[in-house]
Amino acid sequence: MKILRKLFKRRDEIGQNIVSRNDRAILLFENTSEVIRAENILKENAYSIRVVGPPAHVRKGCDLAIEIPLLHAMGIVKVLNSYGIPPLDWLPSDDGNLKPVELFHIKDFGRYLMVRAANMKITVHKASLTIVNVSGGGCPDVPYLAAILVGKKLNEAIEPRLIGHTLCGYALQLAYDKIKEICLP
Amino acid sequence: MLAIVGTVPDEEFHIYAGEVNLEGDSLVIGESRISIQRGTPALIASAIKILELFGKSPPFVYLAGDTGRGNGSKRLYEFVVKDLKNRAFTTLTFHYLLPDADWCNKILFSIDEMPIRPFLIADAGFMYAAKMSGNATSFDLFTPDPGELAFLADEEAPHPFYTRGFLLQDESRVEELVQRAYEHGNASKYLLVKGRTDYVVKEGKIIETISEPLVEALEPIGGTGDTITGVVSALIESGFEVQKACFLASKANRVAGQFANPEPSTQIVEIIKFLHKALTSLNFLI
Repeated sequence: MKILRKLFKRRDEIGQNIVSRNDRAILLFENTSEVIRAENILKENAYSIRVVGPPAHVRKGCDLAIEIPLLHAMGIVKVLNSYGIPPLDWLPSDDGNLKPVELFHIKDFGRYLMVRAANMKITVHKASLTIVNVSGGGCPDVPYLAAILVGKKLNEAIEPRLIGHTLCGYALQLAYDKIKEICLP
Repeated sequence: MLAIVGTVPDEEFHIYAGEVNLEGDSLVIGESRISIQRGTPALIASAIKILELFGKSPPFVYLAGDTGRGNGSKRLYEFVVKDLKNRAFTTLTFHYLLPDADWCNKILFSIDEMPIRPFLIADAGFMYAAKMSGNATSFDLFTPDPGELAFLADEEAPHPFYTRGFLLQDESRVEELVQRAYEHGNASKYLLVKGRTDYVVKEGKIIETISEPLVEALEPIGGTGDTITGVVSALIESGFEVQKACFLASKANRVAGQFANPEPSTQIVEIIKFLHKALTSLNFLI
């Protein structure tokens, strides 16, 4: 409830004009794993949210945060509390937030297709839809995710976001979503 | 002696500090065997192959199990900070660790207390931490891929995931990205940029490019960057001058790839098997 009081206190303090210009806030969490879980939960609950990088003064390392509409803050915090992942704090959202890389690079190797998102690549054997390689990245969940995913069929593999914990894991999810979109009509 | 700091993807793996050996497709670490897959095990296996060639001891490794939660990385950071000051390594390579700016600072303080300052190499997560913490210039060699070079060139990005669009990976702009990385103090003394063409950079100037042989199928194979970092670490430890070590590491990786005749589905262990032969074929002593 402390978070909610802070959210709405700020809304009163800053006035309607500013709120209407900037009606979003970012929620900060203990670690990237919690952000990924929170994103899944909020999307399942049909909230319009997105993952962003927190501003520099609160950045520690491999960081993600969630941008939410202030209007739905109460419902969002309540949902997150019910799942045992209350946000640590919130900040007003502004243009200083970092945006994740959104461009994809697709490379066709004939029998294989590779998709890159940010620093992560995933490659699939087109005929069998088997994930044959995962490369790129530098966070410690990359070798773990690769070990789990390689050899699995695209439509049977566990989604990286469910077992990944870092920004590299999150980037791999984006590449995975894209290659699924291409290969699984 | 070469020392390597990194992680293995197993939360049950406790901290290990000691020598490591290679047996078949596995690393023998104390009483554990770890299969050679992408990540730090691939780097270690490549380094062992090259060190063997020059009659050098296997590397000393600091390892912890971490699947991305960061607990293993944190335990390892704590251990290494305490342990380093008593060691006399000549080359020290940091690899897959959860990036953490504070721990990078502490590691560098600890290195300052070592009797001899080792040649410092960073790749993967620890390279991200080195840049993020503003310590890039304390390192002798980074081994980024083109996407990571764009991240080094973006003074605002704390991780490659946030590299701004106008700097996105584009191998035709390597020179511009290199200059930008050095302008903002976000690069080490040398860079070995690993891509379709490999670039050896010294203090902002591209001093060598390597583009042959070009083996297209290497790009999707996880671990090909790890093997280059392992080879260059071992070559520097074996006494090669940095530029030559970077050149040979780049060439050896490409030639090993050519010998393996890979497909995009090939696994890194199949490339590592040919590193010894590849380096020997380069007539490296000339």
